[in-house]
Amino acid sequence: MTGPTPVVAPAGRAGAFWQRLRTGEMGSLPIAAVLVLICLVLQALNHSFLSSDNLVNLTQQSAATGIIALGVVLTLHLGQIDLSVGAVSGLAAAVVAVGSVSLGWPLTLAVLAALAAGLVVGLLYGLVYTRLRVPSFVFTLAGLLVVGGMQLRVLGETGSVNLPFQAWLVRFCQTAFLPQAVAWVVVAVVVGIYAASRLHDRSRRIAAELAAQSLGSVLLRVGVLAVVLGAAVGYLGTNRGVGAVFALFVGLVAVVDLVLRRTRWGRFVRAVGGDVEAARRAGVPVRRVLVSVFVACSTLAALGGVVAAGRLAAANQDTGAVDVTLTAVAAAVIGGTSMYGGRGSAWSALLGILIVQSISTGLTLLNLDLSVRYGVTGIVLAVAVVIDALQRRAREA
Amino acid sequence: MSAMPEPAEGVRPTPVISLRGVSRSFGAARAVQGIDLDVHAHEVVAVVGDTGAGKSTLVGLLSGALQPDEGSVLVDGAAVTLADPAAARALGIVGVFQDLALCANLDVVQNLFLGQESIRGGLLDEVVMEKEAWRVLGQLAARVPSLRVPVAALSGAQRRSVAIARALLGEPRVILLDEPTASLGLTQVAEFLTLVERLRERGHAVLITSHSLTDVQAVADRIVVLRLGRTNGEFDADRVTYEDLLAAMTGVAR
Repeated sequence: MTGPTPVVAPAGRAGAFWQRLRTGEMGSLPIAAVLVLICLVLQALNHSFLSSDNLVNLTQQSAATGIIALGVVLTLHLGQIDLSVGAVSGLAAAVVAVGSVSLGWPLTLAVLAALAAGLVVGLLYGLVYTRLRVPSFVFTLAGLLVVGGMQLRVLGETGSVNLPFQAWLVRFCQTAFLPQAVAWVVVAVVVGIYAASRLHDRSRRIAAELAAQSLGSVLLRVGVLAVVLGAAVGYLGTNRGVGAVFALFVGLVAVVDLVLRRTRWGRFVRAVGGDVEAARRAGVPVRRVLVSVFVACSTLAALGGVVAAGRLAAANQDTGAVDVTLTAVAAAVIGGTSMYGGRGSAWSALLGILIVQSISTGLTLLNLDLSVRYGVTGIVLAVAVVIDALQRRAREA
Repeated sequence: MSAMPEPAEGVRPTPVISLRGVSRSFGAARAVQGIDLDVHAHEVVAVVGDTGAGKSTLVGLLSGALQPDEGSVLVDGAAVTLADPAAARALGIVGVFQDLALCANLDVVQNLFLGQESIRGGLLDEVVMEKEAWRVLGQLAARVPSLRVPVAALSGAQRRSVAIARALLGEPRVILLDEPTASLGLTQVAEFLTLVERLRERGHAVLITSHSLTDVQAVADRIVVLRLGRTNGEFDADRVTYEDLLAAMTGVAR
């Protein structure tokens, strides 16, 4: 053997920890720590912040924009952005309300039509991008205006359509909570599946003579998951419980996470986001990947709009206004998904929206007005963006 | 060429890949003209030449990225058409180009198997891929600190090992290395040359282009000099002197 031995990290545990933190290899853990910290600060400022009543409201309010942020996470993975997600959600809300109320369609059909509208918008974006190579922030900005115009046209002269309170969508989004027994069963099943898959993976790795996690480390992870889920379900259960719409959001995040990390499509998305040319040469169907991500993003945005209509029991001209787009993009970035493409996690949609929503709710409890909320959220976003840039620099060094 | 260290059979077997009278122009510029070239199994052939001598064009023609205007490409003595890199790969010819075409954000295993992932139950089978990755890198005796760090964290030589390992996954017969030492430091070059020797031991036919004479002289069996798109001499690497090569490259009479 000639040549030097490659060096991984210079120092011991502390140095390795710092190196991983600096280059963003720690994943979502630091973001979760920030969320906890923000919650503790807000609790110190107002003792009703961590009340179960407030947390139930907070989770319910975060679902609609969180689902939209999940789509933004996907486009950011490609190093692209969709600035029209708010407008698409507004259009979807309008289609649901006008379709089911004014036109008398069955509600389910109206929901499917709204999702289809989002799908078509995403397909158009994907085709424009792959065929014409127009930067996505420009044509989605154009899309924002066009789709916003369509929203106004669909809503018609009144500009606002109310959904009946007995409609299943409204009940699902407003008053449906998982029965506590069901919630505990879900927790048990999720923890069980997680533990089983971890242990199965570990035994396969050992059989293949690959480095495997220690049994203690696996059990620790399973334990942490069980405690976090158990604490959330238990505490929210002292009030109304886990809202159906929040459960839907978290379930979607988990599915997207699995798809991004463990399927070929997810691998392709990260490859295209990392280096388009290298991905193309490796045989990745780049165009199909790009189009599918724009479609997924717009469809999720539409779903977010449907949920927003359900929560409000109405669709109006303000549904999906510009600040919805801004909040969704901010949540995705604050949650730790890089703007430079190829790095991030579906969980950043959940963590990011919880951070943004906590700040918003917490400052409202303190009777601070919109100007302060915007200011604080903006500063948090700026810090997140700076950290993203610094991590990128540390990785390239 | 009779003085070359040869296996005992005496008669050389058919080359794995050959060029016969190959020319290629880009518009009015003749990049290469009337090139003859053979690469055998268990052999490292170096192609050297000044900038613009036609080295990259040559690699392009062999890898299927370019098609000749005249002349033919032969694999095992039979003329073939290499319409694109995929066609070349199907015949067991792979190229590792100057830019390695790795995704810096993906880890070593993810890069090695990009586009040809193992699937189990609808999900990626990381265990099988990681085991195979260790096997291939082990064959190259390539040392990488971890298979699970992003490629961005690896040194230039380590990245090159990963790119070559990816080329090796399909068990190719011919490996084309375009300017492999261009961006490497001294110790990394030494490491890389050991790796090339290992490829030869494994029976691959290896073609390296370079403009560093010392690097290729250390590892090549034969050195082909290109000058202004034409072959300007073919040398036994053990016997040729640096001055002879330099003269052939620059066209200065000795």
